[in-house]
Amino acid sequence: MRKKKSVIGTILFALLLAVMAICTLLPFLWMLSSSFKGAETIRTIPIRWIPEHPTLEGYRQGFQMQGFSFARASFNSLFLATVCTLVQVASACMAAFVFAKIPFRGSGKVFGIYLATMMIPGTVTMVPNYIILRMLGLLDSFTGLILPSLANVFGVFLMRQSMMTLNDSYMESAMLDGASLYRVFAVIVLPMVAPTLATMTLLAFMGSWNSYLWPLIVLTSTDKQTLQVVLGNMNGLYKNKEHVLMAGAVLTILPILVVYLLTQRKVDSGISLGGLK
Amino acid sequence: MYLPKSSGRRTAAAVFLAPSLVGMIVFCLIPIVSTLGFSLLDYDMLAGTMQWVGLKNFARILTGREFPQVLLHTLTYLALYLPLILGLAVMEGMVLNHNFKGRQLFRTVFYTPVITSWVAAAVVWTWVLSGKYGLLNQMLASVGINAPAWLSSKQWAMPGIVMAALWKDTGYYALMVLAALKSIDPAYYEAAAIDGAGGARKFFSITLPLLSPTLFLLMVINVIYGLQVFESVLIMTDGGPGAATTVFLERIYKYAFDQYKMGMASAYSWILFLFILLFTLAQFRLQKKWVNYDA
Repeated sequence: MRKKKSVIGTILFALLLAVMAICTLLPFLWMLSSSFKGAETIRTIPIRWIPEHPTLEGYRQGFQMQGFSFARASFNSLFLATVCTLVQVASACMAAFVFAKIPFRGSGKVFGIYLATMMIPGTVTMVPNYIILRMLGLLDSFTGLILPSLANVFGVFLMRQSMMTLNDSYMESAMLDGASLYRVFAVIVLPMVAPTLATMTLLAFMGSWNSYLWPLIVLTSTDKQTLQVVLGNMNGLYKNKEHVLMAGAVLTILPILVVYLLTQRKVDSGISLGGLK
Repeated sequence: MYLPKSSGRRTAAAVFLAPSLVGMIVFCLIPIVSTLGFSLLDYDMLAGTMQWVGLKNFARILTGREFPQVLLHTLTYLALYLPLILGLAVMEGMVLNHNFKGRQLFRTVFYTPVITSWVAAAVVWTWVLSGKYGLLNQMLASVGINAPAWLSSKQWAMPGIVMAALWKDTGYYALMVLAALKSIDPAYYEAAAIDGAGGARKFFSITLPLLSPTLFLLMVINVIYGLQVFESVLIMTDGGPGAATTVFLERIYKYAFDQYKMGMASAYSWILFLFILLFTLAQFRLQKKWVNYDA
């Protein structure tokens, strides 16, 4: 953008960039470095970034905790994030298809109600949702945790916007050839919105993997808890064993980091749509 | 779209809409209505007792000694967080708007805290902010500053939480600023350069006014999220030390899931919602004074 670049300007810019990158990365490096230290070596002055005697003690303790199991929690997290994502995406795409392409009386009003609920914060519905799950006898069950994924207004909105841009002629000619609406949805509409679909899937997966409050209140037995909940609980129990906590944090961040790095382009395009928080 | 009469479109519409609609009714609409009802009850879920108390829950919360504290802590968080997140996001967005080698790499680096879960971020930051051996205090000590044990200090716990939140959120809002910067017509800057405007002048006369709609959006979003600050507080301080960082959502969580007083928790949620509404409306009122939509 700048045509004339002064030397001082360039140096200042590089300095600013470096400071910002260091501030962002240092806590991660601190976590990684601490996770390979032992109980005796974790508290040192000055800081030793490369541990003198690197050890997997923190990770080993993490996997052998009493009452919790990292392996079990990892499986739960992966399973629940996958199912919640599938439920969110399927439910949202199906509803979006109706709002975008199948007119019915009151369609606009129903969609208006959908949008209006976006203004009510999730905090207001958290307590009654818990009570409803309790009445349904679904507390402390995976089903109970997953069911609210059916209601994903943002997903419906995102997919509807994308489906509205599709040209009707493909669908109409398929219908004239005798295809049902179900076939049109599966064979024509979904492939045509594949890019948005991919973005939504990724955002939903990251959101489910990282979610904390809902799993924390719904899943109470330890063999059902997710990584985030287990790590949150560890924080209270391992106050002075930072190496174990940092190992736990590494294990919680690593999978989602890999997913992000592999699919970065799609995620970035979703950010401009206001998707991930 | 043209649909033949025999296409069974009513059935199809019902089938396609059913999962989402059932979900919306059961987990969104019924809860919104019923939480109003619950807020008028003395509902002790542990004892299983339910009693009509009218507006007593609201009165008890609003006149209690705890509420002004909760409000003060939440507003302190906002007052510290809001200006800093806006400033940092604009700075990072502007940096990313330059063409330089490795820009994509820096973009990825700045975004990694955003994809990190709050639990992991809070656990790491608890250790970063810890008293003598924590990363921050060791760095401060090396330049001769003797800093407190952030999270165990009544005054410094909230600033500590704000630091963690800034670290986690800046990358997200920077990308929103970046998108807005990219949409500014370069002709403005060229014209200004011909007129001899310097960098600071360009920033204050072109960039900032044209960025103001985005900054307004960021403010509205951040006030809404900021009033609901929770995960960081729960994990880093649990409302402590000595109730120095109690905030709205932390109170709601404790009433509902520590004490099982569902009526009080519901009333608290509605008070929070009213505050969110009030703050959002106020910002829309005030936007005429500073937001520029003329570009």
